[in-house]
Amino acid sequence: MTTTAIDEDLEELEIALGGAGPAPTRTVVAYGFWIFLLSDIIMFSGLFAAYAVLWERTAGGPTGAQLFDLKSVFIETGALLISSYTCGLGALSAERQHRNYFYFFSLLTFLLGGAFLFIEISEFVGMIDKGAGPSRSAFLSSFFALVGMHGAHVSSGLLWLVYMVAQAAAKGLTPVVLRRLLCFSLFWHALDIIWVGVFTMVYLMGAG
Amino acid sequence: MDGDAVRRHERSPGVEHGEETADFLSYTAGFGLAVALTIASFVVAKTDLLWAPGIPVGLVVLAFAQIGVHLVFFLHMGSGADNTNNILALTFGLFIVFLVITGSVWIMYNLSTNMAGMGMAGH
Repeated sequence: MTTTAIDEDLEELEIALGGAGPAPTRTVVAYGFWIFLLSDIIMFSGLFAAYAVLWERTAGGPTGAQLFDLKSVFIETGALLISSYTCGLGALSAERQHRNYFYFFSLLTFLLGGAFLFIEISEFVGMIDKGAGPSRSAFLSSFFALVGMHGAHVSSGLLWLVYMVAQAAAKGLTPVVLRRLLCFSLFWHALDIIWVGVFTMVYLMGAG
Repeated sequence: MDGDAVRRHERSPGVEHGEETADFLSYTAGFGLAVALTIASFVVAKTDLLWAPGIPVGLVVLAFAQIGVHLVFFLHMGSGADNTNNILALTFGLFIVFLVITGSVWIMYNLSTNMAGMGMAGH
């Protein structure tokens, strides 16, 4: 029996006994990043709670129904949802070592995320021009804090995406780069989950 | 020793074989469901398909359904490796989120109604 054959037998025995050693790095990294995402979601829950408490406190200023344009919110939502899909396809292409598909889907993700951010910033600028800035009322303070925090996350996600594409170009799709990419796609999908909460609670309930 | 045997032999603990957790079909199915639920949310909010006082409840149900779709199809809850830990952490996170949001609304509503003359003035 050669050494490798013994090693293989030992490995199979370990797996059969349920003690196959430490979990794969990829699993551990994803778990750690998942803990970060959950703590980020808990941070968002504070902002959601503030908005839920303050949304009727308009101090005689404009209400959500007067300010929100559901058509642009719908386009924003669509852009972010499609970008989540293209991000997943990009991560899948990267895992299968299809580098050009990865670049293509990353570009789509970036453009859609950028479109989302552009619509959101135009909405903010329009509201501030109308005198409905964050200092107008408690409702608007909590609105800008919640939606602005989500927008800040999307902006940092876009920067991260550029950085990931640069890493893939410079280092290739190595296991390390793939794990970072996994974290990025988890982050991007989590942002979309938070946006589901935002468009339901802030826009759809506020405009109705 | 062939190449595969070398790799097996020198594989340090925790280096994966390159397993895949998702495929194109599951992303596409999840995307389709998420689009349908998003459109349903906007339709429910904008039309009188639902009885008016029931609209918020309908929206919350649709939002939870969509969050579930995202978790299962995009974040691969339920199919990833070492899934139990992820689900446990998620459950704990959701518990804290529930406490923060309902707790804040409950306490602040009580404070507001007990503050005669100030709370209900709409400011």
